[in-house]
Amino acid sequence: MMLKVSTALVRSSMVALVALMMGACDRSPLTTEESAVVATLALGALPALPSDPSNIYADNKDVAAFGKKLFGDTRLSLNGKVACATCHLPERQFQDDKPLAVAVGTGVRRTMPLAGVAWGPWFFWDGRKDSQWSQALGPLEDQVEHGSDRTTLVFTIATHYRQTYETLFGPLTDLPAVAVAASPVGTIAARRAWDALTPAERTAINRGFANIGKAIAAHGRTLKPEMTRFDRFAASHAQGNSAPDNARFTQQEIAGLKLFLGKGSCTNCHSGPRLTDDHFHNTGMPAVPGLPPDGGRATVLKAIGADPFNCLGAFSDATPDQCGELRFMSQDRHALTRAYKPPSLRRVSSRPPYMHAGQFPTLDAVIAHYASAPRAPAGHSELKPLDLSDQDRQALVAFLKTLEP
Amino acid sequence: MTRRRILLSVLALIIAVGGTLAFKMFRPAPTGTDFARTRATANGLYTVAIAPEKEPFVRDALHSWIVTVKNKTGSPVEKATIDVGGGMPQHGHGLPTAPKMTAELGQGRYRVEGVKFSMFGWWEFSFAIKAPPGNDTVVFNLKL
Ligand code: HEC
Ligand code: HEC
Repeated sequence: MMLKVSTALVRSSMVALVALMMGACDRSPLTTEESAVVATLALGALPALPSDPSNIYADNKDVAAFGKKLFGDTRLSLNGKVACATCHLPERQFQDDKPLAVAVGTGVRRTMPLAGVAWGPWFFWDGRKDSQWSQALGPLEDQVEHGSDRTTLVFTIATHYRQTYETLFGPLTDLPAVAVAASPVGTIAARRAWDALTPAERTAINRGFANIGKAIAAHGRTLKPEMTRFDRFAASHAQGNSAPDNARFTQQEIAGLKLFLGKGSCTNCHSGPRLTDDHFHNTGMPAVPGLPPDGGRATVLKAIGADPFNCLGAFSDATPDQCGELRFMSQDRHALTRAYKPPSLRRVSSRPPYMHAGQFPTLDAVIAHYASAPRAPAGHSELKPLDLSDQDRQALVAFLKTLEP
Repeated sequence: MTRRRILLSVLALIIAVGGTLAFKMFRPAPTGTDFARTRATANGLYTVAIAPEKEPFVRDALHSWIVTVKNKTGSPVEKATIDVGGGMPQHGHGLPTAPKMTAELGQGRYRVEGVKFSMFGWWEFSFAIKAPPGNDTVVFNLKL
């Protein structure tokens, strides 16, 4: 009898507990603190697109339209088959679903999605570029991407787009008499050819090359993050409304959100409305067998400062005081060893695989990594192991899936 | 077991779980942490006051602070050079940027540019001061 009463009592108090939690869900499933952080992650908190003072064409619509053409133009590549859009597929969130990018050759990193990247100060996994226009110059001369060289590129523009180019940027003068493959960073032959050019020719080529980047960047800036279910949830939660059907979260999604904000400490790095803090962290990513050693941000610090196309360089339109990110960038090699930029987590669930070299095929594998927090192959991981039950892991994945339209 | 005891233990459970979650989410600085923006340096050579150059400042965008250095008798310290550091003791990482002193503004005031705090929570913000009276350091705590 006694036992029966107890079980009944236990059962009724469990029911009360569940009811309390569900009741809380109908009114407010989140604490005041959690609600405050949720508001900072929602798309509504995204500030206006920051200006790019290093690119005076950044917000010029005609230049952006030209840049859009270049983004999809395979004539800018060595083999005539590769465009930016070969790896950054517009219908696939501007990435390619592959662990490592493939074009003229196979790369050593995964193609990054592009929505909202213009809000961040650094580009690439290791942030080796400090502007989007300077970033765009990288793949064009990368031997495994477009595989071209800056002189050939400027001649290609002169052949196919002279009128458009000259209307937007002014006359293309001082080019060498004949097209040659020449660049200070290419093959030995290309570097010899570059050395043989006159200083005026080199400057003209560099300026044309920079303008190609500025046009592509103006287009890149138009790729904005999309509204997701999470944003609709956050908006109705902020207003205290009962959520419309397409904004309602399940118990599991709420649990996942709470883990993301709380025990998982995910917002330590995945903060703000793009769910990235735009800085560099060693998260103990395993090295991929067969790839050359990858030191992450630590190995590019010198190159960033020496890059002729950086914010302080001759082809930047910015004044030095507008180059704060570059002037005050951290030089802490130790902390930046195998440190990479957290990608935006918006729409992450529909674009596996994950991480800078496609290390993980699924979100389950990603969460398992965060739970175990393995030692980094070099440098020190910032992660600490997390005690996550199977239910917790599923909830985190369920929450990540709410970051979809 | 009485009904009361069961309910109490259920309540205790809720509080415990809730408490841990809140603690994990915004781990506060240890109790007694001093968040004052005016402090004496470690060896007592200077009194240092810090303030954002513009209020309100945006935590996660580059911004500047004004550091005011006075000596023991309260007069401004001129011709100092200041090295800036800091980080999050609970996360074991430093500042995301490398702020620098970029100008001496007079009356013991110095501008420190390039500051950014990439996370919410407890930050240390430290200054190593070199000036004619000697070298000394001071660490401030910020709650962001
Ligand atoms: C071979 C495939 C490939 C091609 C072609 C390619 N990319 Fe990429 N893109 C990548 C890879 C891989 C990364 C990451 C590389 C790294 O971090 O080292 C990347 C990174 C980027 C980023 C950085 C995003 C961020 O969040 O930092 C931008 C922007 C970008 N590419 C734009 C372009 C543009 C513009 C072009 C054409 C000029 C282009 N890409 C051509 C594969 C490609
Ligand atoms: C210490 C900073 C940090 C914390 C904490 C953190 N992340 Fe990350 N996250 C990163 C970085 C950096 C990357 C990219 C790492 C790489 O590729 O080397 C990343 C990548 C990811 C990716 C893959 C994105 C992609 O496109 O490849 C997912 C998903 C993710 N994080 C989810 C989470 C979740 C969920 C949590 C909490 C359990 C979390 N992160 C906590 C820094 C962090």
